[in-house]
Amino acid sequence: MGEKSSAKSGKGFRIFVTFCAMFLFWLLLSGILDPIHVGAGIICSVIIAFVSHDLLVTQKWDKMLRKSGRFIIYIVWELWQILLANFDVAYRVLHPKMPIDPLVIEFDTSLRSDLAIVTLANSITLTPGTITINIDQEKGRFQVHAIAQKPADALLVDKTMQEKVAKVFMEE
Amino acid sequence: MVELIEMILLPIVVLFLAAGVFFMLAGAIGLLRLPDFYTRLHATGKCDTLGEVLIIFGLLIYHVYYYSPGAELSVQLVPVKLLFLICFIFFANPTATHAIMKAAYNTGVKPWKKGDRRM
Repeated sequence: MGEKSSAKSGKGFRIFVTFCAMFLFWLLLSGILDPIHVGAGIICSVIIAFVSHDLLVTQKWDKMLRKSGRFIIYIVWELWQILLANFDVAYRVLHPKMPIDPLVIEFDTSLRSDLAIVTLANSITLTPGTITINIDQEKGRFQVHAIAQKPADALLVDKTMQEKVAKVFMEE
Repeated sequence: MVELIEMILLPIVVLFLAAGVFFMLAGAIGLLRLPDFYTRLHATGKCDTLGEVLIIFGLLIYHVYYYSPGAELSVQLVPVKLLFLICFIFFANPTATHAIMKAAYNTGVKPWKKGDRRM
């Protein structure tokens, strides 16, 4: 993720956190608490924790917590946008004249990290009238298919969503 | 008391299921009515996501009220699994929509413009 190794948590800590998350996930999915199942869960979690401890915890702990907090606030706003998007699609589809005027637009963002770009791309796809087509990660350039001029303007002119995603993933 | 809870709870469940079915239906109608590949993905990509999530959420409420009290642990954990399902749908559905869209665009499927003939 372009982070220096000094900005990361220690290796033992990363393995421990990954193990806890994996084991909790195992318990929630299995729900059987006899020694065989729990033992199998512990073995699997340990193997996964050693193999993929780099994936889950990528930065310092407090930084990740703060980002997660902002991310949850963003999710609430995003859910509202998804609801609007669905009413928008339902309106366009059920309207006898079908008010659509598709176009392909391009715009640049300042986002570079994997997670930020994935978040913005998925948000664009889920919000009213727009779907991500291509992303150039080096330039932060998004290519988007919009179903009409108005949803395209929300990305080109207002840029509310880009600002919100940038705020969630900004580095302090 | 039980009657009162059921009187409030059941309509909420029905509301979630009905809203989910409505959006799935809108998506299906959109798939049939819209003119080209890309605009059809607009209908299916968005409406299916919310439709499925609303239906699952309605079932979740129903399960918590009718099956969870006094049941064994694996039955009580079903709502948690449904919550995981909702999360995965929210991640996987837009990603898959984007993947299909990108594949079509890169292989040269032309986007429909206003005034073109229906394909």
